[in-house]
Amino acid sequence: MKIALFIPCFVDLFYPQVGVSMVKIFERLGHEVEYPEGQTCCGQPAFNAGYWDEARGAAENALQVFRDAEVVVSASGSCGAMMKVFYPELFAKTPRLPEAEALAAKTFEFSDFLVNRLGVHDVGARFDHTVTFHDGCHGLRELGIKKEPRLLLAQVKGLQLKEMGEAETCCGFGGLFAVKFPQISTAMGEVKCASIAETGVEFVVSNDSSCLMQIQGILDREQRPVRSLHLAEVLAQS
Amino acid sequence: MARATISAQFRTAASKLTADLKHRGWISKSLRGYETSRRGNQAKYGDWNSAREAAGSIKYEAVNHLDRYLEEFARNFEANGGKIFWASTGEEARDYVVKLARDRGVRSVIKSKSMTAEEIHLNPALEEAGLPVVESDLGEYIVQLRGEAPYHLVFPAMHLDRHEISTLFEEKLGSAPTDDPERLTMIAREVMRDKYLTADMGITGANFAVAETGMISITENEGNARLTAALPKIHVALMGIEKIIPRLEDLALFLPMLATAGAGQPMTCYNSLYTGPRKAGEVDGPEEFHLVILDNKRTQLLADAEQRDALHCIRCGACLNVCPIFRNVGGHSYGTTYQGPIGSVITPHLRGLQNWKHLSAASSLCGACTETCPVKIDIHHHLLHNRRNAAQGKQTWYEKIGFRLFAWAARSPGLFRFGGRFAGLALKLRPRGPLDPLQAWTSTRGFPTPAPRSFNAYWRSRKGGP
Repeated sequence: MKIALFIPCFVDLFYPQVGVSMVKIFERLGHEVEYPEGQTCCGQPAFNAGYWDEARGAAENALQVFRDAEVVVSASGSCGAMMKVFYPELFAKTPRLPEAEALAAKTFEFSDFLVNRLGVHDVGARFDHTVTFHDGCHGLRELGIKKEPRLLLAQVKGLQLKEMGEAETCCGFGGLFAVKFPQISTAMGEVKCASIAETGVEFVVSNDSSCLMQIQGILDREQRPVRSLHLAEVLAQS
Repeated sequence: MARATISAQFRTAASKLTADLKHRGWISKSLRGYETSRRGNQAKYGDWNSAREAAGSIKYEAVNHLDRYLEEFARNFEANGGKIFWASTGEEARDYVVKLARDRGVRSVIKSKSMTAEEIHLNPALEEAGLPVVESDLGEYIVQLRGEAPYHLVFPAMHLDRHEISTLFEEKLGSAPTDDPERLTMIAREVMRDKYLTADMGITGANFAVAETGMISITENEGNARLTAALPKIHVALMGIEKIIPRLEDLALFLPMLATAGAGQPMTCYNSLYTGPRKAGEVDGPEEFHLVILDNKRTQLLADAEQRDALHCIRCGACLNVCPIFRNVGGHSYGTTYQGPIGSVITPHLRGLQNWKHLSAASSLCGACTETCPVKIDIHHHLLHNRRNAAQGKQTWYEKIGFRLFAWAARSPGLFRFGGRFAGLALKLRPRGPLDPLQAWTSTRGFPTPAPRSFNAYWRSRKGGP
């Protein structure tokens, strides 16, 4: 299968290794990977701020760039949800609704794609460490992804998953919310990190780098030894 | 109050409480207990999600045919001897109750829990008219003694522990200090007993209004609402127009559901149906039964097809209980009658979007509220809708410019990539410490360093490009 990658802007800038890991995993599974270079931002920052006309501008670029892709796999559950769930709402009552629906239908979050589209649980990874998994809210509640990352992690040799009490509690990132209401956002992150620390694991893993930016930022500030990793980075280890 | 003041008050209160670790710990401890018991009781339903589906569709039916069901309800209610007052505004509702009390020579009022009464500020209006009001719900009584608004729409005094309550009773009632919850309850009960017997008006809310029978249903745990409704010679109940359910049998779903979603209980201790005033030959009940049915801008929400389902709300408070924002900022920070996610959705409709839009912005949109809502209100998406409507109405200049630039760049891949490289460099070179432009982030959190090579650059080099 020819897989088009969607690498969100902040992943491109801060966490390119997530994209590199995805390429490695898909190629190891025998698929062809493409990265349409015209891709920009999915438009979520403007959309969430209420600026839907401006969000549509960004989204129209995505409609164009991914028009001919067979499937689009997003490195972030949140950006994936933007395309899969919110594009049809954003383009409702516009002539481009059919295109938005077509893109929504062929867009997948990374773990959803591996498990439900490719039917793969074991990607042949080995990672001799203890981890806990953070469910990013958009992946969990907009896309309904819960078991997929766990099915994948369960097949990683040497990996031990310890669930935290607050796995489904928001980390407090929320895009611009994190800087518009930094105190609330930070308090939420502190609750999350306390729950991570309680498990005593070495790594916190998630399918969303935006959550991990918040979580790592607070882990660092609290001088906790736990490190954060994107699911793809774990699955690319051998 | 000016817009800037309302939003600044929220920020100040929220910042203060998020820093209060004792408060944060206390609230999450209380709510963890709720979560455990709710999970246990939800498991007793054949399928909780089907129950939510059913409840949502009953409310959908009621709200989308409100004209018909309200008339049916009113016909039946009046046939039972009750009197209805249709109040368009909070002021009309207040005036009706105050005038009624004056006309009947009422000297004191006992009241059970009613968020609708909070919404229309009924107590201050009665007190201004020289009519003392005593709250008979224990939690409401406690916040009344403290001169506070309810902290949570179901648990009004959940922010206080028993030591604080004991101290309050010591100060206000002169009771001996005690740590025993039962003893504290007895202290309040002794005060109230006397009030029940002397009050000539009892004011209650209503959880449901059954159209086909003209009954109102009241859910409670303390038995105080029954005494409030039955002992005084006049019973006044208040409710919003959205409390209607079509059939008596619908209660078979809603009563347990309200208890489970709201308090993690299988059923609340008391669920009473009120049919009308005392009839000839009956031994108890009020001589008069008045019901105030309040619009107060609910019909505006009804006219908004996108957010109409917010009128499904049964005020169970489950969305507050699971909300990570509520858990950190607490109920009082909102400055609204209805706190938490549902309050952030409906307050802009009830009290003006531009003044209350900050509540819709103060959310990470995590969706825990929507996931838990027993009547399936699309709560967190409505926060998005409020944000969109607010931006359509009024835009701040910096956001307008910022998002226009963003849209322009996002449409031009070359420019966007250049912007990304520029941002990467700027982030590396930015001043740190007090001059850091990212202070809103970095004052409490570490910020990542841009990677030496972006994914884009990796891909190009992989292809053998520059």
